[in-house]
Amino acid sequence: MIWNPSVECMDRESMRKLQSERLRKVVERVYNNCEPYRKRMEEAGVTPEDINSIDDIVKLPFTSKKDLRDYYPFGLLSAPKEEIIRIHASSGTTGKPIVVGYTKNDIANWNEAGARCLSAFGLGKQDVIQVAYGYGLFTGGLGAHGACETIGAITIPISAGNTEKQMLMMHDLQATALACTPSYALYLAESLEKSGLKDKMNLKVGIFGAEPWTEQMRKEIETKLGIKAYDIYGLTEISGPGVGHECECQCGTHICEDLFFPEIIDPETGERLPDGSVGELVFTTLTKEGMPLIRFRTRDLTRLIYDKCECGRTSVRMEKIMGRSDDMLIIRGVNVFPSQVEAVLCEVEEFEPHFFITVDRVNNTDTFDIKVEVKEQYYTDEISGMVKLQKKLAARLQSVIGLQPNIILAEPRSMERSQGKAKRALDKRKLQ
Amino acid sequence: MTTLQLSVFLENKTGRLNDVAKVLAEAGINMTAFSVADNSDFGILRVLVSDPEKAKQVLKEKGFAVKLTNVLALRIGNSAGTLYTILDKLAAEKVYIEYMYAFSEGEQASVVIRPNNIDQAIEILKANKIEFVG
Repeated sequence: MIWNPSVECMDRESMRKLQSERLRKVVERVYNNCEPYRKRMEEAGVTPEDINSIDDIVKLPFTSKKDLRDYYPFGLLSAPKEEIIRIHASSGTTGKPIVVGYTKNDIANWNEAGARCLSAFGLGKQDVIQVAYGYGLFTGGLGAHGACETIGAITIPISAGNTEKQMLMMHDLQATALACTPSYALYLAESLEKSGLKDKMNLKVGIFGAEPWTEQMRKEIETKLGIKAYDIYGLTEISGPGVGHECECQCGTHICEDLFFPEIIDPETGERLPDGSVGELVFTTLTKEGMPLIRFRTRDLTRLIYDKCECGRTSVRMEKIMGRSDDMLIIRGVNVFPSQVEAVLCEVEEFEPHFFITVDRVNNTDTFDIKVEVKEQYYTDEISGMVKLQKKLAARLQSVIGLQPNIILAEPRSMERSQGKAKRALDKRKLQ
Repeated sequence: MTTLQLSVFLENKTGRLNDVAKVLAEAGINMTAFSVADNSDFGILRVLVSDPEKAKQVLKEKGFAVKLTNVLALRIGNSAGTLYTILDKLAAEKVYIEYMYAFSEGEQASVVIRPNNIDQAIEILKANKIEFVG
């Protein structure tokens, strides 16, 4: 179902018109109400009068994650504090968290975006949705909660953790949908299997996001839980879950582009790239009042697709995020993302999905080492057997990345287990 | 006829062999024969021990990748040409050796063999009256 067809199926010209109007307004807002933005625009020699259409967005300076830290906690607000009704924060891997303030309208627009997502997953009034994202400063819980209430579903605000209780509620209330991180979904699936309750559940849909997951993982969750698993995309800085979502075609993530305007830029030069190019994803919040962000650099690398989707929506779609521009390694001139290595490891049966990449330069040539673990049952007592495994993986990686890595075999469970943000590569060339 | 051999996968880093020896020592397990096969970045330790099942268990608990494999442990004379005679008999029947290691002490020598076809190898060796250890 399409929640808001007049916007989600709007023709491109009307959408550009709507975006142009909204961009003008939001630029005026930050210029008049937010000191750091005004200063930066002045430095760039641009005023709100220069912004007449959405194409003029390229004249505006970027916002980075560092800005959110530098102006922590309220320095980037563009609304008086009296209008702010809620705060969310992301944990932030270094030092201070990032804090975002929402006005009443911001929350309403966020709920609208969330409602579009859930409708695209086929959910509505008739559904019982168990929200197992954490409730609190994290946007996942309350974001999904608002979306569920907006579409009129029965919302179970159970929050994260306590698997026993999750299973009990899911069973007793016959939940039809589950919202949580994909890794927790897998964990729940295994627990349900053990408990013998699996066949007594009524689950049909998974609302999964907040961490990167592979197609492999999707299949595993779908099989184990007997559901259809959908990706919901969001980031705290821009609002939270609901910035984008898959539809029944599962051919990319539709972005609510009347609210969150996406661009693709060259991460090195900052230049806007032509439609269809792979580059860094940049968002401008078109309707936000509390803390609008202009051209926020996500560091995520992807591509935007402007063709009309078979589901009927015209909204722009983004491909699966290929990695972060911070993580990209250029080895012998080839762009390599740790996520590509992970995807291959998930496919090749004999290996665990844990790895560490080391890049160095020896005799003016880049070296490319990947340390991996073999699954315990595949270790053999013959050198030739182990070498065969190395060669198999190297060949598979070569065909995906276009570069032959040197595979180093590690002992079982000797590699660091990823918590989602684990360091997976070391570029020694930078240390020289 | 066959003997259970323990093999342990080792990353090529200092002290890894010590770690294995220590775990076995602490479990009171004695090593009777020992060899390391290696390439540039990993090695496989193959060892005959007093209690293979227990050795496997204690090493696994410490996170090592361990396997038990059937091998043939033979006792032969420590004199010129003995090994040649045995290997020649096996080769003549198209049994080949995946790996082997040997050591000698006084009049006797012990040879550990992993043939590609263990049953056929046993037949040939028995027919030639070779003494099996264990």
